[in-house]
Amino acid sequence: MIAQEIIKSLKAAIWFMFLTFPIMVIKVNTVYKTIEWRWMNMVFIGVGVFVGSFVWRWLLERKDKPSAKKESISTRTQAYLAENPISKRALQGALLVALLFFPMFMDAYQINIFTVALMYIVLGLGLNIVVGLAGLLDLGYVAFYAVGAYTYALLNTTFGMSFWIVLPIGGALAAIFGILLGFPVLRLRGDYLAIVTLGFGEIIRLVLENWNDFSHGPSGIAGIDKPNFFGLELNLNQMTDGVYYMMVVFTIITIFFVGRLQNSRIGRAWLALREDEIACQAMGIGRTRTKLMAFALGATWAGLMGVVFAAKTSFINPASFTFLESAIILSIVVLGGMGSIPGVILGALIMILLPEYMRTFSEYRMLVFGGAMVVMMVFRPQGLVSNFRRKYSFHGVDERLGG
Amino acid sequence: MKKLLLFALAAMFVFAGCSQKPKEEAKPAEQAPAAEAAAPAATGDVIKIGVAGAHSGDLASYGLPSVKAAEFVVKDINDKGGLLGKKVELVVVDDVCKPEVAVSSANKLVSEHVVAVLGHICSGATKAAMGTYLAAKIPVMSPSATSPELTKSGEYPNFFRTIAPDDSQARLEIDYITNVLKLKKIAIIHDKGDYGKGLAEFAKGFAEADKKLDIVLYEGITPGAVDYSAIVQKIKQSGAEVVLYGGYHPEAAKIVTLLAKKKLNVKFVSDDGVKDDTFIKVAGHYAEGVYATGPKDVSKNPLAIEATKKHKDAYGEDPGAFYLNAYTAMLAITNAIEKAGSTDYDKLTNALRTEDVETPIGKIKFDEKGDAIGAEFSVYQVQNGAYVEVK
Amino acid sequence: MDYFLELFLGGLTRGSIYALIALGYTMVYGIVQLINFAHGEIYMIGAFTALIVASVLTIFGLNSAAILVIATAAAIVYSSAYGYTVEKIAYKPLRNAPRLSPLISAIGMSIFLQNYVLLAQTSDFLPFPRLIPEFAFMEPVSHIFSSAELVIVVTTMVVMVLLTVFIKFTNIGKAMRATAQDKTMALLIGIDVDRVISVTFIIGSSLAALGGVLIANHIGQINFYIGFIAGIKAFTAAVLGGIGSIPGAVLGALILGWTESFATGYVSSDYEDVFAFALLVLILIFRPAGLLGKSETKKV
Repeated sequence: MIAQEIIKSLKAAIWFMFLTFPIMVIKVNTVYKTIEWRWMNMVFIGVGVFVGSFVWRWLLERKDKPSAKKESISTRTQAYLAENPISKRALQGALLVALLFFPMFMDAYQINIFTVALMYIVLGLGLNIVVGLAGLLDLGYVAFYAVGAYTYALLNTTFGMSFWIVLPIGGALAAIFGILLGFPVLRLRGDYLAIVTLGFGEIIRLVLENWNDFSHGPSGIAGIDKPNFFGLELNLNQMTDGVYYMMVVFTIITIFFVGRLQNSRIGRAWLALREDEIACQAMGIGRTRTKLMAFALGATWAGLMGVVFAAKTSFINPASFTFLESAIILSIVVLGGMGSIPGVILGALIMILLPEYMRTFSEYRMLVFGGAMVVMMVFRPQGLVSNFRRKYSFHGVDERLGG
Repeated sequence: MKKLLLFALAAMFVFAGCSQKPKEEAKPAEQAPAAEAAAPAATGDVIKIGVAGAHSGDLASYGLPSVKAAEFVVKDINDKGGLLGKKVELVVVDDVCKPEVAVSSANKLVSEHVVAVLGHICSGATKAAMGTYLAAKIPVMSPSATSPELTKSGEYPNFFRTIAPDDSQARLEIDYITNVLKLKKIAIIHDKGDYGKGLAEFAKGFAEADKKLDIVLYEGITPGAVDYSAIVQKIKQSGAEVVLYGGYHPEAAKIVTLLAKKKLNVKFVSDDGVKDDTFIKVAGHYAEGVYATGPKDVSKNPLAIEATKKHKDAYGEDPGAFYLNAYTAMLAITNAIEKAGSTDYDKLTNALRTEDVETPIGKIKFDEKGDAIGAEFSVYQVQNGAYVEVK
Repeated sequence: MDYFLELFLGGLTRGSIYALIALGYTMVYGIVQLINFAHGEIYMIGAFTALIVASVLTIFGLNSAAILVIATAAAIVYSSAYGYTVEKIAYKPLRNAPRLSPLISAIGMSIFLQNYVLLAQTSDFLPFPRLIPEFAFMEPVSHIFSSAELVIVVTTMVVMVLLTVFIKFTNIGKAMRATAQDKTMALLIGIDVDRVISVTFIIGSSLAALGGVLIANHIGQINFYIGFIAGIKAFTAAVLGGIGSIPGAVLGALILGWTESFATGYVSSDYEDVFAFALLVLILIFRPAGLLGKSETKKV
């Protein structure tokens, strides 16, 4: 048994040493015509894979083993919270207090990255409406984000309009773009939808890049006003705090709104549409209206965040709105657990704070990030927090608590 | 068990930050008004200087050389006993050349109490980060951000750079084509990027204002596309005698190669992004005859020779892009701190503007707007596999 | 007319490259219904392997024909090995997972592989040796159609024919079609589905490697990032032609190549990609399953 395992690991080690040989070991300088042989790398790979493959197999085995306790932490916590409103309130209160007092103990840098994380929570929740609830795979979500950002940047720099006036305009405009995208793609299913939305995202970015007279092209728009809080004169640190608190409020509103949405008429319609489109239509749910609603609502949040983004950075250019950005937002949703609000929050914190705190890894940052995405998906394919569906049962309570 | 879980969940939100930051450091940062944010550094026993730029991602090759340059300069200074009796320490942050990341990086540097910043590398990222530095009163010196707006708009009084702005480069290119090459039909191509398109816009503006050149084509190409034969055919169709390209060397090499393969006899004039030895290596013999503008020749400057030698000794290869500009910037910053005798913002910027400093790119100081006096461009041509300055 | 012909040939070359990569996308999708985002990176790794092997051999002083053959072979072997391994690590454990999970895993893999090459090799562009010789008989037309372009186009055509034959007539080809139609049923009649999937990844990766070598030779330089744009374009082509359909992938790729080429030639290269994506949207509006895709009627 143990011998078998060792042989398996040996095989894996040898395979990976072969696999990484040209890229890890040989480094050719084509200019000076010299070859550098880095045999040490091969040794590292061999040893690393030998050890790693044990861990990998052990984790896989553990994952596949059906066990009663598998319904694990997140589900049980959610179930517990749903049935104990007091603990739920207490937890929410504690979190709120933590969020409110956070800036008192942290410096501007920490507050700033936390603000960014909050923005991605909101973006993730917005995309969650489209992908998680309505089941429409959208790879071009960043386009709506760009619409919001450019709306504020342009209206502010040319007409001097203030943040609070543009905020609803940005959201509304993004919603209109969402409907514009929604119409032609209504008939498409699954992955066809994915590529069309991807294309849409790219089109928006390319237009912003090329249409100089309108968007100032790749050099971007600088000198965008920061948000104005009740006409106060704020210095840099206070402004950072201000934007942070604004984002806290925003996030809470979004969580509340999306939570309500999920259990509303339209929310149920989305779920139904996601599960079975034909049955859904037979039941009298309008496909067009429901889908467009999902696109429009999802886009609205992206548009609002776009306005905040432009105001926060005070400079934008099309480089901020690439496909990778869409991919990251989508990863937040899937990683956290589709359709689940705590999942999205957790996903956003991981996806945004992880690379930020991994700055110590410097150049290995993105390597670890990519690898972590794969590993997390392999071992928790349903996401970190699986969607907990509220059940209205009476007797189940004790059993569930018993474990 | 359950309570533990709840606790863990609640702690999760707070944990991320708490573990990172000792409390005693957090407090002064919170209370210090922005104007004083730069001052506390001088009270410590080290002088911190920030280095910001793209150190990962597809533009890493433009950012990493500046880190190496800064390390060499700082090592020299510390070996000689430091600045104002204190050791100099670098705080290196990666901005991936993205505006939003640049703002975080800037915040990070401000919270680390750096007294000056070497960077950022890309103009867009620099513009985004400048607001943060201005509020904290930290002078910033870029080795490579060439957008004219940064100095000419007057919005960034704390900005300096050791490279000439794009418009002077475009001016030089257009003058060269008109007066020396004496050609008339010009095709202006750019890579749609901040740098390339900015330069192309200026070139177009100058050409239209001069009324001596006839712009037969003005277009952008997509960097990284698999093939550029269509745009090359279009250049051929337009009857251009000279192509002016704004952008970086990878695409330029592809276009030059295709122009030669399609047997087009046009001159190719480009910019600093192409005046890179990699361009010649990649394009091979097709690179012969290509013109490119770049900072004036410094290969005989003793400081430049020394700086390059250090890099070769340490890494076994020639330094990358903007290495000498970064080296210059680092010398200028440290020199200004020494001359000013303090890390105070006003004294520091004043020293930068008044004190001459010997650097790898010659003797420089900075004008009111932050451009280096003495950093100029000249025209080079590829001859026998190397860039040669042409007069 | 000359101009038109030149643009037509340019589009043909470009389309052929897209086709080689798109075939991998479409085959994988057909079998496991997964958008393999890491496929572009497999193509990039193929190009890098060829570059490394060719450079080493050049230093050892082999002649260029031998180098071409060995480098291409090495690229194919290594790309296949990477494709195979990526499938085993990142997709196989996710076979019964929610549909989007493998997609995220693929995006993660793509980021990982890009940075792996960046760190192990370099972030700079590397010059790729010109391995394909200039044929003498192409000399008169070389200003509009070079030898390298001819090799690209011919290779794509040959590969497509071989692939079609392979899938139509060999046992494993038939097993692939069966698996694509109904995985459970295939399993029931004794097809080793895991093996079929592995073979699919190996073939798709080999084609990508071939594309990588050819295009690197054509444009003369590579870096760790080339897989991204090529991958997106090839994916677009595969969807345009109807994802899952092999002739569809080639047709979609050629149409995409021509669209871009003519858009640049007659309109402006500023909006080259906008035209490409706009065409995609238009075609999908009228044919929601792509040009040659079977539009499934969903059974209730």
